[in-house]
Amino acid sequence: MMNLFGDPAVWLPVVFAALMGLSILIYVVLDGFDLGVGILTPLADEAEKDRMVASIGPFWDANETWLVMAVGILLVAFPAAHGAILTALYLPVAIMLIGLILRGTAFEFRAKVALPKKQAWNQAFFVGSVMTSMSQGYMLGFYIMGLEHSIVAHGFALLSGLFLTVGYSFIGACWLILKAEGQLQLKAVKWARGGIWGVILGVGAISLATPLVSPRIWERWFSVPEVFLLAPLPLISAALILGIWAVLRRLPTDSDSFAWLPFAGAGMLFTLAFTGLAYSFYPYVVPDRLTIYEAASAPESLIIILVGVLIVTPIIAGYSALAYYVFRGKARDLRYD
Amino acid sequence: MEMMDTLLLSRIQFAANISFHILFPTITIALGWVLVFFKLRYARTGDSVWMDAYFFWVKVFALSFAMGVVSGITMSFQFGTNWPGFMESVGNIAGPLLAYEIMTAFFMEAVFLGIMLFGFSRVPSWAHTGATVLVAIGTTMSTFWILVLNSWMHTPQGFELRDGVAHATDWFAIIFNPSMPYRLVHVLLASGLTVAFLLAGISALRWVMGEKSAEVRKTLRAGVIMAAALMLVQIYAGDMHGLNTLEYQPAKVAAMEGNWETRGNVPLLLFALPDEAARENRFEIGIPSGASLILTHRADGEVPGLNDFVAEDGSRLHPPVNAVFWSFRVMVGTGMAMLLLSWSALFLMRRGRGIEGLPRIVLWAFLPMAFSGWLATLAGWYTTEIGRQPWLVTGVLSTKAAVGDVAPTLVASTLIAYLMIYAALLTAYIGVLVYLARTRAIGASEPQQGRPPSGAIQTMPAE
Repeated sequence: MMNLFGDPAVWLPVVFAALMGLSILIYVVLDGFDLGVGILTPLADEAEKDRMVASIGPFWDANETWLVMAVGILLVAFPAAHGAILTALYLPVAIMLIGLILRGTAFEFRAKVALPKKQAWNQAFFVGSVMTSMSQGYMLGFYIMGLEHSIVAHGFALLSGLFLTVGYSFIGACWLILKAEGQLQLKAVKWARGGIWGVILGVGAISLATPLVSPRIWERWFSVPEVFLLAPLPLISAALILGIWAVLRRLPTDSDSFAWLPFAGAGMLFTLAFTGLAYSFYPYVVPDRLTIYEAASAPESLIIILVGVLIVTPIIAGYSALAYYVFRGKARDLRYD
Repeated sequence: MEMMDTLLLSRIQFAANISFHILFPTITIALGWVLVFFKLRYARTGDSVWMDAYFFWVKVFALSFAMGVVSGITMSFQFGTNWPGFMESVGNIAGPLLAYEIMTAFFMEAVFLGIMLFGFSRVPSWAHTGATVLVAIGTTMSTFWILVLNSWMHTPQGFELRDGVAHATDWFAIIFNPSMPYRLVHVLLASGLTVAFLLAGISALRWVMGEKSAEVRKTLRAGVIMAAALMLVQIYAGDMHGLNTLEYQPAKVAAMEGNWETRGNVPLLLFALPDEAARENRFEIGIPSGASLILTHRADGEVPGLNDFVAEDGSRLHPPVNAVFWSFRVMVGTGMAMLLLSWSALFLMRRGRGIEGLPRIVLWAFLPMAFSGWLATLAGWYTTEIGRQPWLVTGVLSTKAAVGDVAPTLVASTLIAYLMIYAALLTAYIGVLVYLARTRAIGASEPQQGRPPSGAIQTMPAE
């Protein structure tokens, strides 16, 4: 079976790179919206905060599992790259982890303590969300700069952290447009209108920097015929941004129609940007240093995992869909009973 | 020297993280099944008291689960940030096991947790029960996979080394490695005992705070019965696990017993100060031939000694003796206290005497013992994990070969940050448990809830 598609040492790393990419993408969209909601909490009043938290309550845990999945695939399929990348990103990873710890626990604590302490946990929820998104953006920027220490690289990484934070708050606002009603929904539309600028700037900055850092990526982008094959990516992105912008100007509608559109658009935008990045870096898993083929685990271990993936993934997709179906519609108060 | 500092700091950091982490899965693994039990009792009897118990303990579950998730994510990253050598040399075996944990457990528990916590009014009752069952299965599956990996690190088999990298040759042998069944059972029972004492302890707290409700009676009784029954099984399982360790990791048993020379008639030491430099014990107090009897079932049975595990150049191939010797005694001592308290309470509560049958001192003893499961679990883990040193994977990979090349100052600063946040969270966690108990007990309406849970305060006159 292993040789059915040719040399397993060739196709297995590609399959796992694709799986890892997919996990990261799903993570960025899903945890992106719940991190974004966390980033937006200081802009809301107390009752709205409860509603915002309620809108992500049943989902955040499963969303975060995609991060575990992504780092898990990096760990199990590309162990050499896992060590190289994570030791280079030691500090931002630690900051992200502390951020995730803060927000994950604040989420639970704020619902179970007396009011004065609840304010403190609200703060922790916000700070944790910002720490997480800033450090993830920082890691993205630093990765694009080739994981090399220099003032420019760290500067760009910081900028990238800022953009990702704004980007997450944008998709978070789009989520709230879908899940909230009344005053909060109005606010969310306003937030999304502001946030979309961050997305434009962020995607623009990363698109500029990526080919400039690496001659290899420059080559992949601007040689013929690649440049024509790639052209649809920025064009579709631009069209999407215009479309989202036009919709945001008309939301919310009286019948609450099209409330799902900004979130769907934001998800597609993230997907396009991610596709561009994935195309640029393939076949490297550590930029310009280590390819997926060099870093991959032994085929006999990968095949064992792949069998599991093929069986389990449809099941995971099924019950994830079930959860989103059960908690469909506008967010209601979260209650255990 | 610098690598040494990084090694030591990375070990402390990983130990801190994993110690913090294990506290919460230890609760959720068994508490999930206890919640299933509450839900099924409610379905069977229609008595709303069981749902009150469910709604109280599901909050403890939710909080513990969140603490477990976030501290667990931390560990999956620390494999890479601090221990890159681990995955590089045994990744072909550890990888698939971790992948199966994520795929078969993490997603299932995370997704159904949402329905279990917040879906009671949105899905039919059977579906809510089903979600609770699936979450409980998820936590148990997760335990299974992680203990397969951990046990394999203690007793590796089913692989071959090619260029210093382990390659799997027999997955059945890897999964069912010699120490796995014993360790799995031991850990599952430890989780059950932790939850039993937490149930009893928090219920006792609510009772002494004045909440003489039917719910508290039921949960305290459930805790006591669970504790008394599991404690007996645990003593047997622990003994079996010890015999397994004697067979496969004799150096660990030698350190646990504080025995220097391989010989018969080894005493069971109740107290001693092992001196590794002098290679002898000071101030020994022991039961003659006790260790030989327990480990070999014969008074003159031979017990391995630490001096057998010293290399020709004098370097130690056995674990640090004091840490293993003492954590083992803390675990056993805590276990004995748990045995004594649970069976005394069971006896005093016999034939419908109930909580009123408990003298004040016994009732109050349950309060500090609420977290006795944590103490025993941690001490047990220290015994087995420090007992594996100097190996990370016995005979395959030494701990110092796996550590990453990170500046010691960097590790020190993250270590301090983690320790501070863990201390704060642990304080908050225990504070919230007490707060939840107190709001129930004094009948204050709970924050965040539109209405108090049905029948929250059913004050019953003491008979």
